[in-house]
Amino acid sequence: MEYFLNEQQQTLRSLARKIAEQRILPVRAELDEKEEFPWELIREMASSDLLRIFIPEEYEGLGGGCLDLCLVMEELSRVCGGVAISYGANALGALPLINYGSEEQKRKYLPDIASGKRLAAFAVTEATAGSDAANIRTTAVRANRHYVLNGTKQFITNGGEAEIYSVVVMTDPARGSRGASALIVEKGTPGFSFGKKEKKMGIRASSTRELVFHDCRVPAENLIGREGQGFIIAIRTLDRSRPGVGAQAVGIAQGALEASVEYARQRIQFGHPISAIQAVQHMLADMATQVEAARALVYAAARTIDAGAKSFSEEAAMAKVFATDTAMRVTTDAVQILGGAGYMRDYPVEKMMRDAKITQIYEGTNQVVRNTIALELLKRKAMRE
Amino acid sequence: MNVVVCLKQVPGKFKIEIDPQTGTLVKGGTDNMINPFDMNALEEAMRLKEKHGGKVSAISMGPSEAKESLREAIALGADEAVLLCDPAFDGSDTWATSHILSLGIRKLGQPDMVICGRQTIDGETGQVGPELAEMLGLPFVSCVSRIEEVAEGHVKMQRMAEEGHHVVEMQLPGVISVVKEINVPRLPSLRGLMQSKKASITVWNARELGVDVAMVGSKGSPGRLVKVSRPQRSTRQELLQGSLESQVEQLIGKLREAKIL
Repeated sequence: MEYFLNEQQQTLRSLARKIAEQRILPVRAELDEKEEFPWELIREMASSDLLRIFIPEEYEGLGGGCLDLCLVMEELSRVCGGVAISYGANALGALPLINYGSEEQKRKYLPDIASGKRLAAFAVTEATAGSDAANIRTTAVRANRHYVLNGTKQFITNGGEAEIYSVVVMTDPARGSRGASALIVEKGTPGFSFGKKEKKMGIRASSTRELVFHDCRVPAENLIGREGQGFIIAIRTLDRSRPGVGAQAVGIAQGALEASVEYARQRIQFGHPISAIQAVQHMLADMATQVEAARALVYAAARTIDAGAKSFSEEAAMAKVFATDTAMRVTTDAVQILGGAGYMRDYPVEKMMRDAKITQIYEGTNQVVRNTIALELLKRKAMRE
Repeated sequence: MNVVVCLKQVPGKFKIEIDPQTGTLVKGGTDNMINPFDMNALEEAMRLKEKHGGKVSAISMGPSEAKESLREAIALGADEAVLLCDPAFDGSDTWATSHILSLGIRKLGQPDMVICGRQTIDGETGQVGPELAEMLGLPFVSCVSRIEEVAEGHVKMQRMAEEGHHVVEMQLPGVISVVKEINVPRLPSLRGLMQSKKASITVWNARELGVDVAMVGSKGSPGRLVKVSRPQRSTRQELLQGSLESQVEQLIGKLREAKIL
């Protein structure tokens, strides 16, 4: 399908594909097996400017938007969802700074993120809070020119590897979600350490760890936006990042579809390739249709954001839900088409199925994201009455 | 340190067609790429520039589509790119190609070094590098796998041998050809790619180069491709019979007969 990408976007997409095929493909199985963070690949992406694209030009970025980020996420994910999310989580960590950071904060952090010198990460989830962000227990108490942080964040993508963390904490627990604030915490700050590295089902090249704060003193100027804005910053940041997760899902699904078509043409049963069997053809046709529909929705949501729309929660949520559910379905069907081979680690589709699952869970479970869609839908109707 | 890199645009697809009449490759289509060994040559030139300063010039003889490959060289960091292009050059053999390239390089101005890939993946002759050196009147080292040091007026290198490697010194200016083991070519950056789209590629034709057209092209080339054919592959199978011990004895006998043992 023709998506009318501009020249820079077309170039960006083919560059991301080149990196994925030439650099990621040869090592993806090993990274998955060893659960190794892909530092070498991140550096390569940095030298190719991929880390610059989502940073404004004033801060040494290339000023690209949500669609540019989606194109890269899709191409990287087509080959490896784990490497892709290490890239994506960095962008997620930078988003609160880009959209809510002060001029000083932007000048201090964004050029380093653009060049790949330092990676970023975003931290909301805790043992008692994830979808229920109002239940965050990590506190930050103002003490003169500092905030003192105590608590533990969990399941933080790029945890341990990133150096710049946008962390959502409670500055006024009595006010619930209105008492949350976002703070920048740098790796190496005394009182800030990392807990266990999680062993995951999929996206195993990425790092997922706990962030542990124990009387961690952070300068007051590290506050992003104002006190009490943390919850809004978190929600709006996720609105902006969800098309990226959708793009990750589209990429994973595209990879699975291509592997299925290739295998179906090679696998001989009853004297002919299984691609000659209509039952298989219809599976492939459904997979291809769903992937294309998901791609169209993700790009449309990304363009809505890039066009400067005031509200885009619903569009971002729809793109995330539809694309990630599609990825789960398509990768499951890919394993089915490859049959016994599909279940084996020698073939890439079982990894794609494992990688796809997380996309239905992170950056808002698909159930919570559906709540967002329903809320917007019903709110609109109520406002007309 | 000014370096000229010779690049050739080759077919990027695996299914290549050979014209049954002329025995040459059927070119065309959009699926072209820079000859992989030439990518190594370009990478090495870039590394020399990063270490010693100077500039990198990419040069290619080919059809106007080869501008795309030269653009890619600019995206990767080459400072200038020149295409030697003229209908009269069509069908040039390696001698004529080297002749044209040598005139192009002279017109650019004497570089400190000319780097070529060891061979192309379409023609596979590996002749252009040494022929070019001869025509430029410069020394030549083939199959360079490492540049150890560049000092005033000379370069110390390793060249691949069948077992191990030779360490050689060559006077500069000089010509080398490189093997893929020498480096891993970098990927372009987005900014480099976008800038390269606007870059101007210099094009020189036969007249501008002062080429005698009677000496180039399919008519002027001394080399004539007589025939291109698929090699006949004959595999002979033989099943040994008898007990395991006797099979082993028979096998040893046969290997001795074939002078393998």
